[in-house]
Amino acid sequence: MNIQFRESSEAASPLAVKAAIADCDIHPARATRAELYPYLAKRWQHHLEVYGVHAYQGMMEGPPYPKAQPNASRRDAYPPEGGPQGSSLSFMQKQLLDPNNVQLGVLNPLNTGQGIRNHELSAALCSAINDWQIDKWTSKDKRLKASIVVGNEDGLSAAAEIRERAGDKNFVQVLLLSRNVEPLGQRRYWPIYQAAEEAGLPVGVHAFGFGGNPITPSGWPSYYIEEMVGHSQCQQSALASLVLEGVFERFPKLKMVMIEAGFGWAPSLAWRLDKVWQRLRSEVPHVKRPPSEYIREQVWWTTQPMEDPERREDLFDVIKWIGWDRLLFATDYPHWDYDEPSRVLPAGVNDDDREAFYLGNAKKLYGIA
Amino acid sequence: MARHVIAAVDEFPPGTRKFLEIDGRPIAIFNIKGEYFGLMNRCPHQGAALCEGPLIGLAQSKDPGEIEYTKLGEIIRCPWHGWEFDIRTGQSYCDPRRFRVKAYPAHVEPGASVVKGPYVAETIAVKVESDYVVVEL
Repeated sequence: MNIQFRESSEAASPLAVKAAIADCDIHPARATRAELYPYLAKRWQHHLEVYGVHAYQGMMEGPPYPKAQPNASRRDAYPPEGGPQGSSLSFMQKQLLDPNNVQLGVLNPLNTGQGIRNHELSAALCSAINDWQIDKWTSKDKRLKASIVVGNEDGLSAAAEIRERAGDKNFVQVLLLSRNVEPLGQRRYWPIYQAAEEAGLPVGVHAFGFGGNPITPSGWPSYYIEEMVGHSQCQQSALASLVLEGVFERFPKLKMVMIEAGFGWAPSLAWRLDKVWQRLRSEVPHVKRPPSEYIREQVWWTTQPMEDPERREDLFDVIKWIGWDRLLFATDYPHWDYDEPSRVLPAGVNDDDREAFYLGNAKKLYGIA
Repeated sequence: MARHVIAAVDEFPPGTRKFLEIDGRPIAIFNIKGEYFGLMNRCPHQGAALCEGPLIGLAQSKDPGEIEYTKLGEIIRCPWHGWEFDIRTGQSYCDPRRFRVKAYPAHVEPGASVVKGPYVAETIAVKVESDYVVVEL
């Protein structure tokens, strides 16, 4: 390893923005697997030691493609006390929250127990992760709020977990992943949407997951870069399914957040859906309005990875269609494709839109005073 | 253009780098197999501390299926987004027209010459018998 750090590596960036911001996609990590044991019944601790965790995908544990950097993370994000990137609250405060004036940070833990074949184990692991989020993060720093992680492939146990956490101010959304066993509009996932709607919690759909299907619609690709851009294709399938299965019609107060899959594709997907819906609506009579209406009313978008067209006007055109009131700023800390708050939005945005983009929309959606 | 003494040559072995701040500018000096290179330690993309990244080579391809890997240890890869720059020139390989890291020439001078310079005494205890790595900016 030929990496060498400055001694002051964690020091605040001089470019940090001074106005308060929300960061709607932060990934806390566990230093060790045993960190979860205090929240897991002995039965499941033993199960993990003996049998491990089995995902739906046909490969061994771990992601199907090696990531660009260790743990897919910034190389300067290793905590000084050791452990993986994102595993230290004090270092996260020093490197992310303090210098960037983060007023609200939404935690989205990954590799949690979602999307594994043993549904009882999945439910137990997700519940343990939720307890761990309170103990280690949200109770120790009031700026941080957690997402309720649920065993997504078993809608009923997922709904039970949501109902148990409902009303707990440590949590501000329900977390799903984009790659699942079936497209996200299918009936098996409806209990999740029902419980989330009842609890008044948005449902975030974060890129990734281990659903067992190829990670592009046309099969397994050769390169990690194809997986990266494949997230938007996967999210488009999920969104089309949510609209066309009638999820938004059935749950009109449901709010969905599309996390880490871009947003530049949203207008064209909506235009295509509207066009074919006009011709084929008799196939899906439960979709009573043009698909774009559901999308614009019930969907929010996190910004990272922020689209970066050559002409900033192109970006502004897309955002204008989506709405400046629909974007939620996110860094994706500590992951390697992190967006730096002070550098991500081109000049030429008025103060109201800028404030909404960086903070206002998130506070409103997540109910933070 | 002022000369700044970085270190005595025998305290700056090959394969290491030194981080310093000169006139408020974050700079890193590399010793690559006895050659010295200086770069601004700030990525022109989103501002990360560029010089904390790993040193890699340059993968290039004339045609799909043919891969050439050169400049081993001479390409710095940003610790955040992996953007690659040539430490000899600061040139970017993904968008050389728009992005370039400021490069600072660094070289070795005999102790007898640096001890005469006006900026020496404050920064380092000069031993006249040694050679020193010097950067100009």
